[in-house]
Amino acid sequence: MRREKAPLWIGLLAALGAAFFIIPLIGLVVRTPWGIAARSLTSADTLEALKLSLIASLSSTALALVLGVPLAWVYARVDFPGRSVVRALTTLPMVLPPVVGGIALLLAFGRRGLLGSWLAMVGVSLPFTTAGVVLAETFVAMPFLVLTVEAGLRSMDRRYEDAARTLGARRWTVFTRVTLPLIAPSILAGSVLCWARALGEFGATITFAGNFPGVTQTMPLAVYLLLETNPEGSFVLSLILLVVSLLVLVGLRDRWLGLGAA
Amino acid sequence: MSLSIDAHLALGGLRLDMQFTLEEGEVVALLGPNGAGKTTLLRAIAGLLPLASGRVVLDGSVLEDAASGAYVPTEERSIGFVFQDYLLFPHMSVVDNVAFGVRSRAAALEWLERMGLARYASARPAALSGGERQRVALARALAPGPRVLLLDEPLAALDVSTRAEVRRDLKAHLSAFRGVRLLVTHDPLEAVTLADRLIVMEEGKEVQSGTPVEVAERPRSRYVADLVGVNLLRGLADHGAVRVGSVSVAAAGANSGEVFAVVHPRAVALHRARPEGSPRNVWQGRTGGIELLGDRARVRIEGDVPMVAEVTPAALAELGLVEGSPVWLSFKATDVAVYPA
Repeated sequence: MRREKAPLWIGLLAALGAAFFIIPLIGLVVRTPWGIAARSLTSADTLEALKLSLIASLSSTALALVLGVPLAWVYARVDFPGRSVVRALTTLPMVLPPVVGGIALLLAFGRRGLLGSWLAMVGVSLPFTTAGVVLAETFVAMPFLVLTVEAGLRSMDRRYEDAARTLGARRWTVFTRVTLPLIAPSILAGSVLCWARALGEFGATITFAGNFPGVTQTMPLAVYLLLETNPEGSFVLSLILLVVSLLVLVGLRDRWLGLGAA
Repeated sequence: MSLSIDAHLALGGLRLDMQFTLEEGEVVALLGPNGAGKTTLLRAIAGLLPLASGRVVLDGSVLEDAASGAYVPTEERSIGFVFQDYLLFPHMSVVDNVAFGVRSRAAALEWLERMGLARYASARPAALSGGERQRVALARALAPGPRVLLLDEPLAALDVSTRAEVRRDLKAHLSAFRGVRLLVTHDPLEAVTLADRLIVMEEGKEVQSGTPVEVAERPRSRYVADLVGVNLLRGLADHGAVRVGSVSVAAAGANSGEVFAVVHPRAVALHRARPEGSPRNVWQGRTGGIELLGDRARVRIEGDVPMVAEVTPAALAELGLVEGSPVWLSFKATDVAVYPA
């Protein structure tokens, strides 16, 4: 790559752009009361929220994989009437305010919701449960996975699938042994985006699942509520979220970028 | 065993209309320029592209019949396919690639052994050279024991230095295969060395077919004539002459009807002034491109009937020809081969 010296104005604006992200992070590190950090870190409440966050975000990523990869495949491969409409509707949560998403979920799966009343009859209640948290996070995060995987499917060389068919492979075998491995980089990238979005999810979760410690109170909810009663505790939780995110980003960066470049 | 094909379909700007039958004992090459529809035809035979009309019948059993809607899916056709860029699965080892169709690692290893590739069994395809990849692709296609083998430009992805060796190996494997063999190529050398019969294809249609010798002796299109390196004229025969546009070419053996006339460039002589003597065909033209081929020079003569002449470099120097200079050409009526169009 050719090394270039930035013109003054571009350099200044770029520095400002970088500072905009870095200064708040420094603030978080500098203002965190390290004395109580260790205690907060191991407090039961914190550990519970962290555990719940990880379980819910990983579960919703798993759910998004199970439902989202087939959805992406249908979008990429099957030409059905109204595809663009359905596709737009399932992409909507990416731009929808999450609170609105939460309300929509309540109207669908709430006790008096479209499906919720039926679910209630068989004894299933989703709002204000951990399952509800998973649902809310999946609702908001799955489109990231679907779009990434769909792009991967569209850009892959489909003649590999033809080659597999001439070797006697049926469609399911082609899908599992050829298509999925070939789009693995897209699936990984989509999963990371989806998981990160689910981990940070706030609006849809608090609207649909509420804020019950140990049941639906994920880290972002805990951080926000602590800010009113115990600001220093919320700094500590924020820092924990920051470290977890950073670890994931650093851990996946090489593989992710490496695969992206291949 | 025989495979009969009657394929009609349209794809993009191409209209494909091909009808022929392949027998077990022969290796057939589909020869044609890029864009002639050769790959499209192979894909249709394999069931990867649906026919608009026509049928594909293997040994009496219908693989596809557009009229009745009968369609045996690709995976059940027993057709081995070697793709142009081989399409080895990049995420599998070489042995897993070969085992994919035959569903047995032992059988796959045996095939690799036979191809002299056993030491690469656990390597990824990306680590192999072009020639090795070609052999893995061939092993993968042959391992499940197909009844038909289709090869799409099997040597095109290789560099020239390895092509001759791989071609020799491929010829051996082709003759060892018991079944119908069809290969696609745009390279006449490949077609002539590997195949017993050529089907020449242009713009989705068959132009001519026959043994390599038959095709070379009686080209029926400019494409084939250029491949063989002869002058091909087409006109109306009239008792000892062929009318090509405004020019009447004297040709022994021309009787009547629409005919092709072939003149070998070596039979065409060049002169600075109008030649005296016996040749019946004499006319003036302008020197076009000059190309040196070993100890011969090919000179293109522009005019009402463009011709190519082949002379020695010494003669070329003596004539003092440069591009654009006027020149006389002559050839004997007995050097013109005439056959019905």
